[in-house]
Amino acid sequence: MPYDPEVRERLERDAKQIIARYPQPRSALQPLLHLVQAEEGYLSQDGIGFCADQLGLTRAEVTAVATFYTMYKRRPSGAYHVGVCTNTLCAIMGGDAIFAQLKEHLGIEHEETTEDGAVTLEHIECNAACDYAPVVMVNWEFFDQVTPQSSVQLVDDLRAGNPPTPSRGASLCTFKEVSRILAGFPDERFGAVDAGGPAGEATLAGLRAARESGAGDPWNSTEPDAYRMDRPTEGEGG
Amino acid sequence: MLTPVMSRYWDHPQSWTLDTYLANDGYQGLRKALAMEPAEVVQLVKDSGLRGRGGAGFPAGVKWGFMPQGPIDPAKPHYLVVNADESEPGTCKDIPLMMATPHLLVEGSIIAAYAMRASHAFIYVRGEVVHVLRRLQRAVFEAYEAGYLGRNILGSGYDIELIVHAGSGAYICGEETALLDSLEGFRGQPRLRPPFPAQSGLYACPTTVNNAETIASVPPILVKGASWFRSFGTEKSTGFTLFSLSGHVARPGQYEAPLGVTLRELLDAAGGVRPGHELKFWTPGGSSTPILTAEHLDVPLDYESIGSAGSMLGTKALQIFDDTTCVVRAVLRWTEFYAHESCGKCTPCREGTYWMVQILQRLERGEGSKEDLETMLDASDNILGRSFCALGDGATSPITSSIQYFRDEYIEHFAQGGCPFDAEAATLFAGAGL
Ligand SMILES: Cc1cc2nc3c(=O)[nH]c(=O)nc-3n(C[C@H](O)[C@H](O)[C@H](O)COP(=O)(O)O)c2cc1C
Ligand code: SF4
Ligand code: FES
Repeated sequence: MPYDPEVRERLERDAKQIIARYPQPRSALQPLLHLVQAEEGYLSQDGIGFCADQLGLTRAEVTAVATFYTMYKRRPSGAYHVGVCTNTLCAIMGGDAIFAQLKEHLGIEHEETTEDGAVTLEHIECNAACDYAPVVMVNWEFFDQVTPQSSVQLVDDLRAGNPPTPSRGASLCTFKEVSRILAGFPDERFGAVDAGGPAGEATLAGLRAARESGAGDPWNSTEPDAYRMDRPTEGEGG
Repeated sequence: MLTPVMSRYWDHPQSWTLDTYLANDGYQGLRKALAMEPAEVVQLVKDSGLRGRGGAGFPAGVKWGFMPQGPIDPAKPHYLVVNADESEPGTCKDIPLMMATPHLLVEGSIIAAYAMRASHAFIYVRGEVVHVLRRLQRAVFEAYEAGYLGRNILGSGYDIELIVHAGSGAYICGEETALLDSLEGFRGQPRLRPPFPAQSGLYACPTTVNNAETIASVPPILVKGASWFRSFGTEKSTGFTLFSLSGHVARPGQYEAPLGVTLRELLDAAGGVRPGHELKFWTPGGSSTPILTAEHLDVPLDYESIGSAGSMLGTKALQIFDDTTCVVRAVLRWTEFYAHESCGKCTPCREGTYWMVQILQRLERGEGSKEDLETMLDASDNILGRSFCALGDGATSPITSSIQYFRDEYIEHFAQGGCPFDAEAATLFAGAGL
């Protein structure tokens, strides 16, 4: 179904803004794909066609790009995208058990969506949060140090329309809303940027350890070799 | 031994705001830079010895110096691209840095752009971290409002635009030439080099790609000077950096310390390997760096020493695995990752990673043989150095290093017809009755 004229007009306005950010229009393709994903929750043929029109590309050219990247969904997806990290570190710390538990509990497989349209389940690669392993991402917000039990609670809450607060980050919005932020538009919800505080425990672990050990003040240090680590190499004695 | 500099006020309740940043010497480095000639800024960064934090450790100032000198051809503007794609397994430093202090990256980007006389800078951040995106978008907005970005910044006559670009999920887009293709709106596949990006990068114009942490290290160097920076680290690996401890450690997390610190020292600060267990193997800098073992606890974590020990410092992602971990399972999973992320452009990597997964799956099931180990070593030989980009090379690291240190464990799998380990015992919630 082609976009309503109203929808199309609004998307064209947004697309213009996106394209204007870049020195060359084609650079806008990734954010434009996020933009149309924000409209329908996945990349429909209409969405692909819209991006192609805006940039003077063929549908085939746009499709070739879209299929290269994992964040673009080719099928309608749930309101909440649940990604369980099963790269090595998380897998070993419990990610494999979490993913198995969720598949069984929800009765769906990788990249499938629950019948109520609430949850799309996926196993994902390392999400740069290994110090919080095992990690589950919901609509690309962090849920840290998850257990099989807490993961079940998490998806139950999502399905009950009662989305829990991420460990670090703003309160959850829908997959479509997140896609709009990915297209480069700010999250307009009051307090969204500030939510979640500066950092979790792991992020602060080194700073805290430094304070406890009375590590001094490297920022204001004026001693020439204060923090040098040169060690005598083997054979040089010492 | 720990030296929080970039992370020194990460526990401030509003660490990410412009106000907090300004209260902590924020944008002082930029003021200093703008009072210098661009070439002087490049020289200062050369003098500091700062090396790229994205994996290869190439000296940042030297790289900046590759950008064309002399008058800028208006048809060939200069570009800075900050690589915040952070997707190398184990690597988790740039994301918390940008979440806690996004202005450090914004200021660093402006200084670097000024030094290389770029008119546009991009921060290419992986898309799967939406809160980081929120914070970056806000920081850039604040910087425009305050006159640090845009036209004639701080009355200097210098114009600079900074664009935050969210990626869409592909590890290969962290490779700098693939990243440029991706930023141009194409599939992210590596380019042939030469030409190098400094000659022909984004839109075939002179471009420098630097890792986010590299760029975030620049403002402190401007404020405090090159010799201050050299008062950290070793002769050849200067400065402070973020070491990321993950896995079987008592207190995983980010530990900022001088280069040349040892894993033993970092583990001491982090409460050690989790109680009741011993270190089995670890990566010094992500999954693409050959694994090391307990015998390497005292190797200084600098580029030279880790190189001599047969691995690479990489991204300083110290993934710690204790005696409950099956090395075959770990290596299989990493290899599946490389097979999944191989962009398919060249045969050794595309086919090689696929076949390695088949063999490793067989080995994990206990159906392998000694010949399989030789086949994998042979195949690794054929991938390493014959792949079009470093993804293929990296894919061989876990395989060859694990066979080097844990050949017996592979053999045990097929001797006993399956995995001798209890996967549950390795989890965070082991013994909790879940
Ligand atoms: C497969 C692959 C993935 C990479 N991923 C990243 C990444 O996510 N972030 C990064 O900064 N560098 C990454 N690199 C290294 C970049 O190609 C490049 O060397 C780096 O961005 C240069 O920055 P630096 O000199 O400041 O370290 C990757 C390299 C390869 C081969
Ligand atoms: S080595 Fe792998 S990722 Fe790199 S170009 Fe070849 S196929 Fe692509
Ligand atoms: S391995 Fe899961 S976040 Fe890195």
